[in-house]
Amino acid sequence: MKKKKFSISKMIVNILLIIGIVAVSFPFVWMILSSVKSTADFYSFSFWPKSLDLSGYKYVFEKTDFTRWYFNSFIVAIVVTISNIIFCSLIGYTLAKFRFTGAKLIFLIILSTMMIPTEMLIIPWYVFSSDFQWVDTYWGLIFPGLMEAFGIFLMRQFMLSVPEDILDAARIDGMGEFKIWLRIAMPQVKPAISALAIITFLGNWNAYLWPVIVTNTAAMRTLPVGIAMYGTSDAGGIQWNTIMAMSSLTVIPMIIVFLIFQRQIVEGIALSGTKG
Amino acid sequence: MKKVFAMLFTLFIGSILLVACSSKDSKESKGNSEVTEITYWQYTFPTKVEQIDKIIADFEKENPDIKVVAQDFPYDQYQNKIFAAVEAGDRPDILNIYNGWISKYVDMDYIQPIREEFMSKEEISDYYVDMIQPYELDGEFYTLPVAVRSLALFWNKDMYKEAGLDPESPPKTWEELIENAKAMTEMTDDGRYKKEGFGWNAAGQGLHEFQQVLLRQYGVEPYSEDASKVLWNEKQEGYDAFKYWLDMTMVHKIGDPDVGNTYREAFLAGIAGMIVDGSFAVGDIQNASFDWGVTTLPVLEEGGLQSNYASYWTNAIAKGVEGKKLEASERFLAYLIQEDVQKDWLENVGELPASKALIADEELVNDPTYGPFIEGLDYAHATFFVNEDKERQIIIDGVDKIRLEDADYDETFDEIVTKIQEVRDEFFNKQ
Amino acid sequence: MKRKETTAKRTFSLQTKKALIAYSFLLIPVLFYLAIRIIPAFQAFLMSFTTSSSSAFTMDNYHKLINDEVFWKSVKNTILYVIIIVPLQMLFGLILALAIERMGGKLKWFYRIVFFLPYMTSIVAISWVWRLLYDPNSGILNEILVKLHLPTQEWLGSPSTALISISVVIIWQMMGFCMLLFTAGLQVIPRQYYEAADIDGASKWQTFWHITFPMLNPTIVFLAIIGVIQTLQTFTQIANLTGGSSGGGLGGPLNSTMSVVVYMYNEGFRQYNLHYAAASTVFLFILILIVTLIQFRTFNKSYKL
Repeated sequence: MKKKKFSISKMIVNILLIIGIVAVSFPFVWMILSSVKSTADFYSFSFWPKSLDLSGYKYVFEKTDFTRWYFNSFIVAIVVTISNIIFCSLIGYTLAKFRFTGAKLIFLIILSTMMIPTEMLIIPWYVFSSDFQWVDTYWGLIFPGLMEAFGIFLMRQFMLSVPEDILDAARIDGMGEFKIWLRIAMPQVKPAISALAIITFLGNWNAYLWPVIVTNTAAMRTLPVGIAMYGTSDAGGIQWNTIMAMSSLTVIPMIIVFLIFQRQIVEGIALSGTKG
Repeated sequence: MKKVFAMLFTLFIGSILLVACSSKDSKESKGNSEVTEITYWQYTFPTKVEQIDKIIADFEKENPDIKVVAQDFPYDQYQNKIFAAVEAGDRPDILNIYNGWISKYVDMDYIQPIREEFMSKEEISDYYVDMIQPYELDGEFYTLPVAVRSLALFWNKDMYKEAGLDPESPPKTWEELIENAKAMTEMTDDGRYKKEGFGWNAAGQGLHEFQQVLLRQYGVEPYSEDASKVLWNEKQEGYDAFKYWLDMTMVHKIGDPDVGNTYREAFLAGIAGMIVDGSFAVGDIQNASFDWGVTTLPVLEEGGLQSNYASYWTNAIAKGVEGKKLEASERFLAYLIQEDVQKDWLENVGELPASKALIADEELVNDPTYGPFIEGLDYAHATFFVNEDKERQIIIDGVDKIRLEDADYDETFDEIVTKIQEVRDEFFNKQ
Repeated sequence: MKRKETTAKRTFSLQTKKALIAYSFLLIPVLFYLAIRIIPAFQAFLMSFTTSSSSAFTMDNYHKLINDEVFWKSVKNTILYVIIIVPLQMLFGLILALAIERMGGKLKWFYRIVFFLPYMTSIVAISWVWRLLYDPNSGILNEILVKLHLPTQEWLGSPSTALISISVVIIWQMMGFCMLLFTAGLQVIPRQYYEAADIDGASKWQTFWHITFPMLNPTIVFLAIIGVIQTLQTFTQIANLTGGSSGGGLGGPLNSTMSVVVYMYNEGFRQYNLHYAAASTVFLFILILIVTLIQFRTFNKSYKL
C-alpha cells in the first residue's frame, strides 16, 4: 500500500520535472537548431530549420582560429580549476578547523574581496600584467583567478560539517596536519570539491571581459572572445549561424566535463558511509 | 583520492611549465634591433582586418626595416582595451579610431598631433575631402583617414514589386518615402511588424540622418561655427523636423527599431523595404537574395536642399611614440593613405576614398552602387562630437521617452538639446 | 598544583603550534590576495577622492555621484534585482535538488545535466539566443502569447518589462547552480539521520524540517550570501542582453535595467573617468558589506558561523 502511494507521488514529480526540462532546455535547443539554419531563416518563425545548413560550422573551422581558442580556454580553465581545488580547500579547511588569532579577520578580508566588482580591478590587473610582461600570455589570463574568494568561502562552509572526532582520531594516530587535511578532510567534502571544480572550470571557460583586455593576438584568444568577435553588428551584420555554431561547440565539452564530475559526486555518496 | 590528486597535481605542474615556456617566447621576439616593430590596433571588422593585413605585407616588402604588427579586438570592447593599455603605459603605436572619439582622445592626451614635417596642415587640407576640417583641434590635425563614409538609401526592389510600386523609382522626397513605406509595411492583427517599409531607428544612422539631413533641410544649422552651441531648437523649424522624424514611426508606423534586431539585418532578411545606411553595408547587401538598388538620400521637396552625413575611421599615432618608432609609424601612415591603397580599400572594404582627387574620378561618380555615396559626399557634413557615446545616448533616451512613455515632443526635444549642450559646455569650458 | 600548570602549559603550546600551522597554511594565499585584490581595491578607494587632473583630496566625485539621478536609478534597480532573483533562484534550486534526489536511478543524470545546462553555457553566447526568443516582432515568446490569445509584450524593449526579462534569464541560468550546491549539501548529510527518523516513524515533511533543512544550513547561508553578492554585482547578463546591436548603451531602455556595476562600467570604460567610477564602486562595496553583515547576523541566530 505504502509502496504504491510512493510511486504515484514519484510520477507527479517526474511529470513536473519533465515540464521543467522542456522550459529550461528550450533556449539551448533553439541554439542548436539555429546553428544549422541559414542566415535568412533567422527572421522567419519556423521552429525547424528549412534546410540543413552547415555553413556556420564550416565557417568556424575553415575561417577562424577556433581550435586554438578551444585549446586556450581549456588550458586556462584547467590550471585555474586545479589551483582553486588545492588552495581553496586548504584555506577553507584552515579557517574552519583551526582556532587562532585573526582567523575571523582573515576570513572577513577574503570574503570582502568578493564585494569589489572585478570590472574595477581590471586596470590594476592590466598594469600588473604589463609590468611583468604577462600581457598576451597564458599567465596573464590565469593569474587573477588562481584563488577565488568564492571557492574559499564554499570550502570553508563544507569543511565546517566535517566531524571533529575523525580529525582528532587521526591526530592521536600521529598524522601530520597537512596529511590530515589531504587524507581525512578532503575525501569528506568530495561533493563540494566536485561542485567547486565544475563552477570554477565553467567560470573560466566562459570568462569574457578580462580575456579581451589581456590578450592582443588572435592566437591567445579564448572561446567567448572569439564568439564576441562575430557578434558585432557594426562588423557587417551578425553572422547568426556562426555564433550559434560556435556556442553549441563550446557547450559540448562542458557536458562531458560535467558527466565526469557527476561520477565524483556519486562516489561522494558511496563514501558517506564512513561518516557520522 | 590519492591517485586522483596525484594526477591533478601532475597536470597542474605540467600546465604551469607549458604556460611558463609560452610566455618566454613572446619576450624573445623583440630581439632583432635592425628592425623597428610598430603595432597597429583596430576593431574586428573582418574585411578591414584582411585588407590591413594585405597592405602590411606589401609595405613590409618595400620597407624591410619595419615590422608592423596588426591586432584587432571585438568592437564592444575596443575602447576598453585602448583605455586599459594606455593607462598601463602599454599603448600601441598607431590607433584606428572613429572620428567621434578624436576629441575625447585628444582631451585624454592619448594621441599626438600629426607633425608639421610629416604632413603640414596645408597638405592635409589639400589632400583630403573637406569634411575632415572640423577635426582641426587647437590648430592641429591628429589623425589621417584612409577612407570616409556617407549615407544613401537602399531599397528592396522585390518588396516594391510586391507592394505594387514601381521598383525602378525609389523615393525622391521624404513624403514619397513615407508613402512607399506605408505600402510595404505589413502588420499582424495585434500590431506587431511582419515587414517594415523603412528601417526607422535612432540608434544606428538614424540620429545622424536627423541632425545632419532633416534639420538642415528644414533650414536649421545644427551647430554653431565652432561647434560649441547646439542650435537645434533655435527656430520653430527644428521642432517641426523632430516631429516629422518621429512621426514616421509614431504616427505613420512605417518602421520600428525593434524589427529584425538591427535595421540592416532586417533589410538583409527582406523584411525592411528601405534603409539608410553607409557604403560599408554594400559588402553585406551584395549577398542579399533579392534585387536591390541604392540612391541618394531624399529631400524635403523636389529640388530642395540636399544634405548628407559623413563619418570616418581614422589613424592616430599614440602619445609618447618617438624616435625610430615615430619615424616608422609615419612611414606606415604615409603608405596607408596613398591613393592606390584607397582605391583598393573601396573595392574590398566598401569605404569611399578620402582623397579629394579620387572622389572627383568620373568612373566612380557614375558607378551604380558607389555613385550615390560619392555624390552624397559633395554635400555631406561630419558632426563634430565632443563625446560621441554620451551624445548618442541622450538622443536615444529622448526618442525612447517618446516611443515608450508617450512623452511630449517639444519638451523632450528641449531636454535633448539642453543635455547635449551641457556635454559640449563641459568640453569647451575645459579648453 | 604542579600538575595543573603543566597541563595548562601543554594546552598553550599545542594551541600555539596549531596556530603556527594555520598561519603557515595561509601565508602564501594571503600574500596573493594582498597583491591581486586588496591593494588594487585600496588604490581604487584612494582614487575616488582624486580626479584625473589633480591628485589633491576632493569629494567632487561623491558630490557628483549623489546628485546623479541615473546613479540612484541604478541603485534602485540593483536592489530590485536582488529581491527578485535571489529568493527565486534558491527556491527553484532547492526544489530541483530535492525532486531529482527522490528520483534515483538512471534518469538522475539526465535531469541534472539538463537543469545545469544553462549554467554551462557562456553568457555571451546564450544572450544572443535569448534576444531571439524575446524579439517583440518575430520572437517565439510573443508567438506563444498570440496563440494563447494574450497581449504581446515588448520584453527587453520596454522599461516596464526589461528588468524582469533580464531577471528571468539570470534565474534560468543560476537555478542549476543552486541545484548543484544543494545536491552536494544533501549528500553530506549522514544517512543514519534519515534511518533514525524512519525508525521513529517521522513523516516526509517532518524529516525535511527537522533533518534536511537544518543540515542544509551551511549551504543555504552560502547560497544566500553568494547570491546577494553576485546579484548586487550583476553585469554580464545586462551587458549582453541590452545595448550592443539593439543600439544605445548598456542598461537601457531608458536606464531601466542599469545596475550599479553597469553604471560604473559606463562611466569608467565608456567615459574614461576611472576616478568617478571608483566612487560608485566604493558605494557598492559599502552597500554589499552592510547587506552581508546583516545576513551574517541573521544567520548567526540559527547557525554559528
